Amino acid sequence: MSAKLKSRTFPTHIVVFLAPAVIVYTLFMIYPLIDSLRLSFFATGPDNKEYFVGLQNYIKLFTDSDYAPRFWGALKNNIVFFLVHMLVQNPIGLLLAALLATGGWGRKFYRTVLFMPTVLSFVIIGFIWNLILSPLWGVAESILKAVGLGALFRPWLGLESTALVTISLISVWQFVGIPMVLFYAALIGIPEELIEAARVDGATGWQIFWRIKFPLILPTVGIVGILTFVGNFNAFDLIYTIKGALAGPNFATDIMGTLFYRTFFGQQLQLGNPTMGATVAAMMFLIILTGVLIYMFLWQRRVQTVEM
Amino acid sequence: MTTVSRSITYGKDFGLLYRVRLWVGRLIPHLILAGYSLLAIFPVILILINSFKTRKAIFGEPFAFPNPSNFDLIGYQTVLSRSNFTQNFLNSIIVTGVSLLFILFFGSMAAFALSEYNFRGNTLMALYLSIGIMIPIRLGTVSLLRLMVKLGLVNTLTGLILVYIAQGLPLTIFILSQFMRQVPKELKDAARIDGASEYRIYTMVLPLVRPALGAIGIFTMIPIWNDLWFPLVIAPSAKTATITLGVQQFLGQFVSDWNAVLSSLSLAMVPILILYVIFSQQMIRSITAGALK
Repeated sequence: MSAKLKSRTFPTHIVVFLAPAVIVYTLFMIYPLIDSLRLSFFATGPDNKEYFVGLQNYIKLFTDSDYAPRFWGALKNNIVFFLVHMLVQNPIGLLLAALLATGGWGRKFYRTVLFMPTVLSFVIIGFIWNLILSPLWGVAESILKAVGLGALFRPWLGLESTALVTISLISVWQFVGIPMVLFYAALIGIPEELIEAARVDGATGWQIFWRIKFPLILPTVGIVGILTFVGNFNAFDLIYTIKGALAGPNFATDIMGTLFYRTFFGQQLQLGNPTMGATVAAMMFLIILTGVLIYMFLWQRRVQTVEM
Repeated sequence: MTTVSRSITYGKDFGLLYRVRLWVGRLIPHLILAGYSLLAIFPVILILINSFKTRKAIFGEPFAFPNPSNFDLIGYQTVLSRSNFTQNFLNSIIVTGVSLLFILFFGSMAAFALSEYNFRGNTLMALYLSIGIMIPIRLGTVSLLRLMVKLGLVNTLTGLILVYIAQGLPLTIFILSQFMRQVPKELKDAARIDGASEYRIYTMVLPLVRPALGAIGIFTMIPIWNDLWFPLVIAPSAKTATITLGVQQFLGQFVSDWNAVLSSLSLAMVPILILYVIFSQQMIRSITAGALK
């Protein structure tokens, strides 16, 4: 009886509404992610079949003389890449947002121009800066000369010591619009009465910003932080465009994304290795997951208690 | 607390010093914003103006605007005759357009189900569908490529489109279901009493969340249009290359032909820049209105 009732009221429409999204999402996103994690525990034998090898791929990645220097190098470079974004991109984004949020003449124009580089592709951005910084064209050099700093010019993208920071700054230049817009949205959402009350009490603009506005936009600081983290540890396109898959000079700009591409598809003399590629991807997965979990359980919880 | 008392003194006397301070206080934000705006726009303008100049002028006077004495379209001629620009451009439009259509269609249906019905496993399903917001689909590339080989979708636009739909769905569903929850229940219940089917109610709710659909549309479109990874991995053939990949390959081949490089960069930028100028106010407003929070 109850079974009959159930089948009569079976919510077909819910299934119809959910099915297309769930099927495409599961087949082309969840399944590849899980299967790729599975592959990181397999290796291809001489007979071209795949065998379960436990954690051997990971041990190889961490200790093998071919893989380990590249892996640790890419991880270190990726951390530098991330730190440059956190220390340069997000503070500049906050500064620009704070200035925009004060309102006044020309703000709409500034907002539009400042966000513009964000909509262009990495390929375009990468090439534009490659040309501008090129000693061959000499545009960057003549600008520096014009302000009397000509002696400072170096082929920054070509030097092992400066290439990574230069590329990070190019990426900062492109993406500063995202933290800017997110901070801007949070800042203009703060009730005017709060600011007025502080002003009446004699607080300066500086005090109002750091004691009242900043604590109120802490949730956005967290969101910007985690977005930067996930984006940076998943980056690839800009470095591939400027430096190719080899991420030169001498792997100075190699990050997890380029390492993943090279390991999977091979490079010059080395053949591609799908299961080792999957292992690199699994490490990226673990890193990103760790970041997301820290954000969800430590940052969000703390910020919530602060808000109360 | 000295700063506080000082600002109060300034406020009281309204003297010259106060007015200078006020004026400087207004000027500095403008200087910073204008300076940074210049930094943001200068590289783009530099590329655009040089794409119309002779090779000699590109190197001799890179900061000059094009004029009759240095004007040259040779770069554009090279790009249009030697690259698959038109084909690449069409591929990008098809891939982005079709993906977007399905993301909004499938996404809104799923969001409707999650926000409207209290079925068992609702929360779990919402959680499952939001994994993809934070975990990038790129990490599954090894298996995704194998899957595409099995399905015979390598070097097809269909393959690319399916990946982009999967990539765009999580955030779309997450945001849309929040918006759909705000649609008044009375409206839907009244329609139900009048005998409207659940599918009819879905089509009723859809126009009510149109601003959110617009914002999501713009924000899912940009990464798809600009993506290099999946065209490179799944559809690298000349016939299926998107504009981003096409430009990347063209630039690699013609790297020493400065006219061609500058022209192809300009051609690749202009459509996006035009779209941006048209939609930028709406786009930024949609974030500031909380559409994407």
